[in-house]
Amino acid sequence: MIELEQVYKAFGNNRVLRGMTLRVPKGTSTVIIGGSGTGKSVVLKCIIGLLAVDHGRITVDGSDVTVGDRDAFLARFGMLFQGGALFDSMPVWQNVAFRLLLGSQKLSQADAREVAIEKLRRVGLTPDVAHKFPAELSGGMQKRVGLARTIAADPEIIFFDEPTTGLDPIMAGVINDLIREIVVEIGATAMTITHDMSSVRAIADTVAMLHNGVVQWTGPVQDLNNSGDPCVEQFISGSVDGPIEAIR
Amino acid sequence: MEHVLGSIGQQVLRALAAVGRVTMYAFLVFAHVLRPPFYLREFKNALFQVGWLSLPVVGLTAIFTGGALVLQIYAGGARFNAEAVVPQIVAIGMVRELGPVLVGLMIAARVTSSIAAEIATMKVTEQIDALITLSTHPFKYLFVPRVLAGLITVPLLVGVGDIIGIFGGHLVATQSLGFNSVTYLQSSYNILETRDVVSSLVKGCVFGGIATLMGCYYGQNSGRGAQGVGRATKGSVEAAAVLILGANFVLTSLFFSV
Repeated sequence: MIELEQVYKAFGNNRVLRGMTLRVPKGTSTVIIGGSGTGKSVVLKCIIGLLAVDHGRITVDGSDVTVGDRDAFLARFGMLFQGGALFDSMPVWQNVAFRLLLGSQKLSQADAREVAIEKLRRVGLTPDVAHKFPAELSGGMQKRVGLARTIAADPEIIFFDEPTTGLDPIMAGVINDLIREIVVEIGATAMTITHDMSSVRAIADTVAMLHNGVVQWTGPVQDLNNSGDPCVEQFISGSVDGPIEAIR
Repeated sequence: MEHVLGSIGQQVLRALAAVGRVTMYAFLVFAHVLRPPFYLREFKNALFQVGWLSLPVVGLTAIFTGGALVLQIYAGGARFNAEAVVPQIVAIGMVRELGPVLVGLMIAARVTSSIAAEIATMKVTEQIDALITLSTHPFKYLFVPRVLAGLITVPLLVGVGDIIGIFGGHLVATQSLGFNSVTYLQSSYNILETRDVVSSLVKGCVFGGIATLMGCYYGQNSGRGAQGVGRATKGSVEAAAVLILGANFVLTSLFFSV
């Protein structure tokens, strides 16, 4: 269970999170939606410790994320970044096997390569991709490699930051299906940030709408169309008029 | 008047704050040098990038500088009938000052800019965040190998640069100015003291540390986008060059002030 209690985070005068509270039960998939610049990615970065919160408490299975062995804590996580964040100085297989090679497991090169190729297969990539460099791959392939890296060490908790951004609808659908399958397969707790409503419907068990630095609405994905919340309704319909201010 | 003083005061405070930040950063990097894990492969790669691949540019800089120095000193010395001291002055000039400073500046241009651009790009594309989520500390994985490589390879490059510079001078002196080859080399060798060579290598070590540290610092603190990467790269080279020249003055004062 991931719990955020009254979390505040500001960047200078920009108060991004203003007392956000959210509970993500173990083994479920929660998708956070919200307008651009509302701090959705900040939430993930605060949980994983890339950003420090100004106020409030974040716990994972009851333990404060700021206390204890950081490496052991991070070993439980996998994160797929918006742009893939692949290391462009190393081939694909080393990207995928990065944690296996350098983390606590320290597999041999041969074993790590084998695991990497298996994970690449799992995300629909052929072994010949393993020795290419990220710059040689298309956006969709980079996302798949990023996904393979995310699941390489079988994490308990997986974060997806805008997993379908920049992809065509068909490739976005493929990535959504892969995410859903993999999360169910390894029984992970998943948190996803997205604007893409097709992603939301494909990936989510629960949806949380972030607005003005707090969770405006949360509920099962099936209730999304009947949320009764004007922010959610405006966001789903993509209407310019409503409580979410559209900057023209 | 008050406004001008206030503005100057603000600039001074800003500069002092920057010095404080860089000093803290340097302490952090060196603190991580002593604690495992150590990324040997990254370190070897940094040695290759910083040291081996800088050899051509260092060699060319040194050989042309040595040659030009001989021509200048010969022309100047001729006014006082002091042409015979050309080898000695070239050797001392190269080893004490020009060798370390020019190598330091070339490293600032080549290595500092490359490190800053690479790390800034990694920051902008979230690769540094990805490293952290993969349980890898960027200080240990990215910064320590590069700074250590600078500390180790730049003194060696300075040594090589000193030798090539003296030989560049020797080439011009023997081919164009009629100096005897053996006498020239003997004079160059005899004039040099241990202190000259040690000062040259110490300067190389300090300049290597400054150059790589500035690359890492500016890269890690870069702004967003292409402009952020550009600013970080430019800032790193400027800072490294100024600090190298400042450190050179301090080290020269320490080694040679009477």
